[in-house]
Amino acid sequence: MSTATSTPTGTGSEPGRRQAAHKNGPGSKRGRVQQRWLPWAFLAPTIVGMGIFTLLPIVASIALAFFRWDIISAPTFVGFDNFAEVVQDPTVRVSFLNTIVFVVVAVALQLGLALGLAIMVQEKLPAWLRVFFRSAFFFPLILSAASVSIFMRYLFNEQFGVVNWLLSIVGIPAVPWLTTPTGSAAVVILVYVWQNFGFSFLLFIGGLASIPVETYEAASIDGATGWRKHWFVTLPLLSPTTLVASVMAIINALQVFDQPYVLTRGGPGDSTRTAVMVIFESAFQRLEFGEASAIGVILTLIIMAITAAQFRLSKRFVFYQ
Amino acid sequence: MTILQERVTTTAPVVKRKKRDWSVAIRVVVLLIASVFVLGPVLWTLSTSLRPPSESFQLPPAFLPLNPDLTSYEQVFKQLNIVALVVNSALVTGLIAVGQMITAALAGYAFAHLRFRGRGALFSIVLATMMVPAQVTIVPVFMLIRGVGLSDTLLALIIPAIPTAFGTFLMRQYFMGLPGELAEAAAIDGASPWRTFRSVYAPLAMPGLAIVGILAFNFHWNEFFRPLIMTISEQNFTLPLGLVSLQGNLGTGSISVVLAGVVLSMIPALVVFMFGQRALQDGLTAGTGK
Repeated sequence: MSTATSTPTGTGSEPGRRQAAHKNGPGSKRGRVQQRWLPWAFLAPTIVGMGIFTLLPIVASIALAFFRWDIISAPTFVGFDNFAEVVQDPTVRVSFLNTIVFVVVAVALQLGLALGLAIMVQEKLPAWLRVFFRSAFFFPLILSAASVSIFMRYLFNEQFGVVNWLLSIVGIPAVPWLTTPTGSAAVVILVYVWQNFGFSFLLFIGGLASIPVETYEAASIDGATGWRKHWFVTLPLLSPTTLVASVMAIINALQVFDQPYVLTRGGPGDSTRTAVMVIFESAFQRLEFGEASAIGVILTLIIMAITAAQFRLSKRFVFYQ
Repeated sequence: MTILQERVTTTAPVVKRKKRDWSVAIRVVVLLIASVFVLGPVLWTLSTSLRPPSESFQLPPAFLPLNPDLTSYEQVFKQLNIVALVVNSALVTGLIAVGQMITAALAGYAFAHLRFRGRGALFSIVLATMMVPAQVTIVPVFMLIRGVGLSDTLLALIIPAIPTAFGTFLMRQYFMGLPGELAEAAAIDGASPWRTFRSVYAPLAMPGLAIVGILAFNFHWNEFFRPLIMTISEQNFTLPLGLVSLQGNLGTGSISVVLAGVVLSMIPALVVFMFGQRALQDGLTAGTGK
């Protein structure tokens, strides 16, 4: 991305000016005026739209966090009251804690699974098998998280679900998946990872393909084989990809909503309630828009902090070729 | 050549070759097990939707639809206004995709090939908005929509989703890959800047536009969060929302009916998967390299 923005792109103006000269003669006023507003005509739909639906809402969201407003009566300024209330609210606290636990476990599973499978797919394999595995692992990404959660809820049914039936074959007694706090949390994590590991997998496949074959040849001449080869060659050379994959996985996981909403509605109790679910509930079920905005601002700050921390850490641990 | 080949095969140690075959076999087995876990739930969904509702929770489960039965599909049309859901989803998704393709092509072209003041700064702002989670802006967007009297309409879902930072970024990258000399040549031929874009650059950028369209389709066809907030009455529901409410309304006795709806909702995504998988993969991972 950074290389892209710094690439010179001045070629566009040259033909434009020449064209104006060609059409209207040298120094024509009309040509120059047209050139000036033209880019803005191209940009207008995107820039105006983003101003209204992204930039304005960001500012409004921050402002709203300092007001109490239920949409019906006039908003009243309350200073930091919303933040104070939100930070003390036990439901909000539990939800943020749940979200953090979810992010840590789900992202670790997602990245581990994706990396392991990517290494296995990328090594010597018949081409058609490689295509098949790539498509298979990518497939869940095209489904809606809501639909996935619908059928997964049946699969994890305690009495009639396929998961417990499979476990019973191995002699494991029925697990109360969706009726206990740990069971529910496990289902939300498993369903989320099932659907999303394919994305990290694709990133790792791309990263592995960019490691030059000569590096492995050199390593094998030095006597590295099997897992040592991956530990000493693949992992260090893959670290830029790992950084990108983990940043994206963490940011996405922090915003988890669809799966817990459909699978458990945040229950039992508050055991699978997440940060975004709390935003949704306080805004659109309890009509506390100020509080919802305050939670949103906190979540955004956490996301920004994690992103910044990861890029800072990367300076120490990421190895660029 | 045959001599050379023979030499290679005879000198290669037999033990080593066997070992390598084993490692390939182990990898294939592990990968196959992983694919079974990934595809199994989808196969179960398909085969269960093809059973009569009374047998839908039968164990051991059937993963292959051996005696397909279409009762559940008849039922889902009776229990759910699925035609309206499909029409709503298609309208919302289609209009967003087309809207994104047009606006992203225009803005991407301007950022790549037109020169104007503040171009770099403006592009940075566009990129920065990609990092703001949608859940944070949803409350003010909801109020705005309500303020202009569009709440509980499909337009409430469509209009805010059309301006696309990611699409603009993708199209800018794509247009930058096309040489600026094309514009010069077009200008010499007397084409206006608009014609240069419309007849020279836009047609060449079709593969990039296809990626933007497919990404928009995949995301908004499956979208759940915004429809849940923006629509209130059932006639404005999109498919994922309608299916979740159907699951809530029906007991566990008729899961095959719900699954029939789920399968129907997957069909367009499957079509995209079969014909646009490469574009979708490229689009999803675009901007993450380097």
